[in-house]
Amino acid sequence: MTAWDAFRSALDSLRANPLRSALTMLGIVIGVAAVIAMVAVGAGARDQVLRQIASLGTNLIMVGQGSIARGGVKLGAGTASSLTEDDALAVLTDIPGVVVTAPSVRWGLQIVAGNQNWGTVLFGITPDYMDARDWSVAQGRGLSDEDVAQANKVVVLGQTVVRNLFGGGDPIGEPVRVFSTPLTVIGVLGEKGQNTQGQDQDDVIFVPLSTAKRNIPGMAKSNPRFIHTMVVKMRDGADMAEAQAEIRDLLRQRHRLIPGQDDDFWMRDLTEVSATRDASSRALSFLLAAVAAVSLLVGGIGIMNIMLVSVTERTREIGLRLAIGARRRDILVQFLIESTTLSLIGAAVGVAVGIGTAMVVAALAGWPTLIRLDSVVLAVVVSGLVGVFFGLYPARRAARLNPIEALRHE
Amino acid sequence: MASDLREAASPSSPLIAVEALTRHYRMGPQTVHALDDVTVTIRRGEFVAVMGPSGSGKSTFMNLLGCLDRPDAGHYRLDGQEVAGLTSDELAAVRNRAIGFVFQSFNLLPRQTALANVMLPMVYAGVGHAARAERALAALDSVGLRERAGHRPTQLSGGQQQRVAIARALVNAPLLLLADEPTGALDTATSREIMALFQRLNRRGITIVLVTHEPEVARFADRVLQFRDGRLIDDARQEPEVAA
Repeated sequence: MTAWDAFRSALDSLRANPLRSALTMLGIVIGVAAVIAMVAVGAGARDQVLRQIASLGTNLIMVGQGSIARGGVKLGAGTASSLTEDDALAVLTDIPGVVVTAPSVRWGLQIVAGNQNWGTVLFGITPDYMDARDWSVAQGRGLSDEDVAQANKVVVLGQTVVRNLFGGGDPIGEPVRVFSTPLTVIGVLGEKGQNTQGQDQDDVIFVPLSTAKRNIPGMAKSNPRFIHTMVVKMRDGADMAEAQAEIRDLLRQRHRLIPGQDDDFWMRDLTEVSATRDASSRALSFLLAAVAAVSLLVGGIGIMNIMLVSVTERTREIGLRLAIGARRRDILVQFLIESTTLSLIGAAVGVAVGIGTAMVVAALAGWPTLIRLDSVVLAVVVSGLVGVFFGLYPARRAARLNPIEALRHE
Repeated sequence: MASDLREAASPSSPLIAVEALTRHYRMGPQTVHALDDVTVTIRRGEFVAVMGPSGSGKSTFMNLLGCLDRPDAGHYRLDGQEVAGLTSDELAAVRNRAIGFVFQSFNLLPRQTALANVMLPMVYAGVGHAARAERALAALDSVGLRERAGHRPTQLSGGQQQRVAIARALVNAPLLLLADEPTGALDTATSREIMALFQRLNRRGITIVLVTHEPEVARFADRVLQFRDGRLIDDARQEPEVAA
């Protein structure tokens, strides 16, 4: 008996009881559909997060001004004005593996263009900042070293700012004002979208660091070299934890902090965010695997049950097949192929239902979904194995029947 | 397996040589002698009826001849080959190629066409798909049902169903046709038709062993074996009545 003969016979016997076959498959269908749909939703969410993380830039450590404590009262982040451009320079030259340090200041303000105005965040930066944070220029040009050196009154606008100030118009070369300072628009940033916290990353304007310090009232304070934050970009494959420790030591030393004294700066590894997301998605995967295992187990037991019924019902057929020359192995293979066909058809229907569900979820809930081919292949393979495993006992029972008794069976 | 059997055959040798064949069943503390020391020889081309009341051992004898069961003692040579010591798979091959079975209740697969039912033994003989339909149609032709090839058993009369079953038994060109009460489920006229078919097949050279408890059926055979209490008590040749 060839596998094809067994498969034809399996389809035939499944067609003999279409409702029963369909109900038997239901466990597998639901299990597989659940896995495919949930993996699609999970993978879609993960993919979105990864894209957001990538938009922050990679291998980055953010260092910011910390708080100062006066008489036990801790003021908020940024109250200490201890971080300076010289710190940024020192980190670049003294810490191994640092590619770029990008000092910046930031200020929330109104920007005015013609009769339009918009509240946004101004970053005073150097060209390195754009590299470190992977900002692209969609239109015009970005800031140059010359702009920083000469404190040119130029500005690069984020997409959100352009939309709100200029609508569909071309902003390049247009004059804008922040406080009372006139600036000329030289470029528009490429779009980044929301970050992992849901903030609009495109609602920013970039001016040269020197221009910001010189023209924004109160910005320079007592120390003309101060900065709010610096972005430290490490080379690929650098040990981020070690780099953080080295930066901390260096800054504490430069700020003359004694042991036991709190840091007067904060530091954050942007890849930590992605690691957290990774861990939570791994937990989700375990949960999915558990759900899948339970539903496939239940589906498998359903298959075993129905195959046992089928063997009993078809005892005479088995007796006949043995009498006309079927070997016990032929009977075993026939029933195994039948149970496996049952589970694989269930898996195929489950894949279709799962993909359909993922598409409906994407359309109705607006969640991003991503059909993972590996989840489809895994679900089908596991279903096939379930069919073999749970079909084995009924098939062995069929193959061990005594042909004489089987032929007499009523 | 079957080709071995045929090579070993010589025209004069008996097709079936049974010697001191014994089969016991244990039922609790008791031992039932279902078949006790039976010796008999059947030559090629014979049409033998096996008779006896229920419990006489005729079914046990039939199961042993059909290689569905193994004896506890004695010898059974089919076409010169000892089959008592064969493995389960080897017995399956003998059943497939050397023996055709016909049952009282036809045992056709209800959802398959007559043609598919007749093709079934070839599935286990490893006959290629292309040859199966041709050979099955030839077998159906030999029982006069070629034009009913596409019908399902439920669309056929009892007599027609039994003829499909006979075509199935013939399709692998067996040495021996074993029929267990083949007319038990049929009316008198149809029974006679089936017996006429057996006689026609027998005249063409096929050896037939038929189990029955009806003397009206046994008289179409040319030899009658009588069993009682597990023993062969009579072995008589007779002039068969011609069914058609």
